[in-house]
Amino acid sequence: MTRTLRLVRRRLVGSVFVLLIVVVGSFLMLQAAPGDAVDAYVVSMGGDAGLVESLRHAWGLDQSIWTRLANYLWALLHLDLGWSVTFSRPIRDVVLEHLPNTLLLMGSATALSFFLGSALGIVAGARPGSLRDRLLSTGSLALYAVPSFWLALVLVIVFAVDLRWLPIAGIETIASGKTGLARAADIAWHLVLPVSALGFIYLALYLRMMRAGMAEVWRQDFVLAARARGLPRRRIVLAHVARNALLPLVTMLGLQSAQMLGGSVVIESVFSVPGLGRLAQEAVAGRDTPLLLGIILVSAVTVVLINLAVDIAYALLDPRVGANEAAA
Amino acid sequence: MKGRFLQTPEAVAGTAILVLLAIMALAAPLLFPGDPLRIAGPALTPPFQDWTLPLGTDRLGRDVLAELFHGARTSLVVGLAAAAASLAVGAVIGTLAGFAGGLADEALMRLTDAFQTVPSFLLALAFVSIVGPSLGVVVMAIALSAWTGPARIARAEVLSIRERDFVAGARVVGMHPLEIAFREVLPNALPPVLALSSIIVAQAILIEAALSFLGLGDPNRVTWGGMVAEGRTVLRTAPFLSIVPGIALVVTVLGVYLAGEGAVESAAVRKGLS
Amino acid sequence: MSAAPQAPLVALRGLTVAYGGDAPALNAIDLDIRAGERLALIGESGSGKSTLALAVAGLLPASAKTAGTIEWEGTPPQGGRDIGFVFQNPAGSLDPVMAVGRQVAEVACTHLGLSWSDALARARDLFGRVGLPDPDTLVHAFPHQLSGGQKQRVALAAAIAARPKLLIADEATSALDTIVQAEIVALIRRLVAEDGMTLLFVSHDIALAAELADRIAVLRGGRLMECGPARQVIDRPQAPYTQSLIAAHIGLDSAPLFASADAGAPANE
Repeated sequence: MTRTLRLVRRRLVGSVFVLLIVVVGSFLMLQAAPGDAVDAYVVSMGGDAGLVESLRHAWGLDQSIWTRLANYLWALLHLDLGWSVTFSRPIRDVVLEHLPNTLLLMGSATALSFFLGSALGIVAGARPGSLRDRLLSTGSLALYAVPSFWLALVLVIVFAVDLRWLPIAGIETIASGKTGLARAADIAWHLVLPVSALGFIYLALYLRMMRAGMAEVWRQDFVLAARARGLPRRRIVLAHVARNALLPLVTMLGLQSAQMLGGSVVIESVFSVPGLGRLAQEAVAGRDTPLLLGIILVSAVTVVLINLAVDIAYALLDPRVGANEAAA
Repeated sequence: MKGRFLQTPEAVAGTAILVLLAIMALAAPLLFPGDPLRIAGPALTPPFQDWTLPLGTDRLGRDVLAELFHGARTSLVVGLAAAAASLAVGAVIGTLAGFAGGLADEALMRLTDAFQTVPSFLLALAFVSIVGPSLGVVVMAIALSAWTGPARIARAEVLSIRERDFVAGARVVGMHPLEIAFREVLPNALPPVLALSSIIVAQAILIEAALSFLGLGDPNRVTWGGMVAEGRTVLRTAPFLSIVPGIALVVTVLGVYLAGEGAVESAAVRKGLS
Repeated sequence: MSAAPQAPLVALRGLTVAYGGDAPALNAIDLDIRAGERLALIGESGSGKSTLALAVAGLLPASAKTAGTIEWEGTPPQGGRDIGFVFQNPAGSLDPVMAVGRQVAEVACTHLGLSWSDALARARDLFGRVGLPDPDTLVHAFPHQLSGGQKQRVALAAAIAARPKLLIADEATSALDTIVQAEIVALIRRLVAEDGMTLLFVSHDIALAAELADRIAVLRGGRLMECGPARQVIDRPQAPYTQSLIAAHIGLDSAPLFASADAGAPANE
């Protein structure tokens, strides 16, 4: 256990530096935007030069960039992400409201792609070079080439428009008044298409990794030793080969989390799911740069936390991790 | 060398697709002169009805086939430019980090981590929305996240190369460290970095398509993503308007992947034979 | 000569093995492995000795082409149950992410039909037999936590877990330190005697063969140069190759070899 804790501590310290770079970098980038929150406000609400100046002063936007950065960092320490002009609410509230939907979408899609992908990868990797192996490999490559938004539209056309099996958009039936288990089922039903659109694309990634990993592990000496001991083929494939090939896939989970989060932006747009991705679009449309900055920050923190969880899972799965430090 | 490259049917298919794409891109202004975004015929003409409009027209009456050909140019340009930019930036940063070592290496690696922590599409979205949608900006937006992969690989290669004898020899002769890094070490570190290039091209094409789909692409150019977005408004009545450009995207990206795999395999085969 | 010859445990007749289009690794081998004996397979690298061991165990890769026969006395053999195999590389024969006790237990479970807890208990017993310290704790350890010698003891435990008739040791001590080597050799000798197993061990070390084996077979370039009782092969080698092998052997243990030759040990089996 202690080696896992040491790992966590080391990663947390590194993550703080990384997040600091993200904050400063994003802040500086967003300062490059032509026009600021005051301009956006004035465009929608109207106002004269005098109002503009007083608003700038009130919102602290007339100060130097470094002062504003310092203020922003200070506010962050108090978990204050600023004020959203578009929603007229604290950014923190808006973001935290939308975050769970994205996490649900992302998490389900990741689970789909990981489990189904590795299972199919084991099937393909059990007999390398066979017909089903080649079919699965090339088929999955073709799937990985599909743009997620297009797959989403195709799924909508087939299942929602033609077959009318599944709902077209949204995360739950509006104003249905459902609660508890019925509401959960309703949400799950609405998420079937979005999760499929996102999950099936990345499925290819895990399938090919598992297949390649198994081909790699098959060549190793201990597999020959297992065969020499007369273990049944099924046990060798599952308990030894797949179990070893699984490790790089777990690492991939962490690396893919950032891409998944980005991918959900597009999917949320197609299916009108009220998550972080949709929020980012609205921030872009409303020129609400503080909101955009808040979304980027929260996304980065989410990715860091997911990676941390993945690292812990990997350390638990691979007894060799951290062993050197323990011995020293 | 080419004979060995074209050994697997996958590599042949991939190369064929890429050649087809290049031909489409180059032939577009010849076969379909003029602005592809202009009205060419009556709106929502179905495909295969009018032979001057083989794939029909969209909601505004634009020629779908012309848009398809011109869209190929955009995808090809974005894919190649973004890959070139990310490879260049990534290779330089990776080499510097690997060669410098110590604090500079740590700092650059934290920087790389930071760029990998922010979801690439989100970063591209923010960048394009701030600077304004144009082809160059889209390319930069993609390269902003894509450089991290080549950087890590370049650094790993440099770390293993810099201990070798010819580097020590260069140092003895009195070469400046930067000179050693870029004239001796980098050329040897390049092959694995280049192996990444096909993946970057494919990802760049997909990101550009998604940006255009969301309305953040270059408004003065035809993009396949934009075509899919346009078709979305008439999804029930004319689904082919969204389906056709999507198929073009799938085939193109698949072609890039297959050709890339073929190149990697032929390089591996050559290494094995030597 | 021994008493009336019984059918050998394994009879190789004209065994030829080739990998790909190259020259055959084994060329028309005729060899008997007699029940209960300790047979040493001696040769230098490229002699085909490992290929022979793998062929007897049925572990040749699918791409290998074979000719000739390998006949077993009685029922056709099954790996693990009838044949125990110990490889040269101790780390290579163990799954790095599975506890070593489980790797031994799964052999017992598969071939002896034991329940999992019984199989684990048997693993613990076997750890004791192979001289591993503190078996109760060690069954839960992972390969990277063990030394080379300890890993090889685990490999031995897994090899004998199902009480096989034949134990094949393919250069099982070559990757170990000298003292550990001697310990493992002694261990193998004890286990073989206790369980009444037949031993086929492959080595490049002719002195080791002199100590451990009843009979020695010498291989060179895939061909059988000589085969006979150990004493006889060492003291009065027939084939010139064997003579040069022995002559080339220089070491601290040369004295016992020469001493036995000087003392004129009896020439019978």
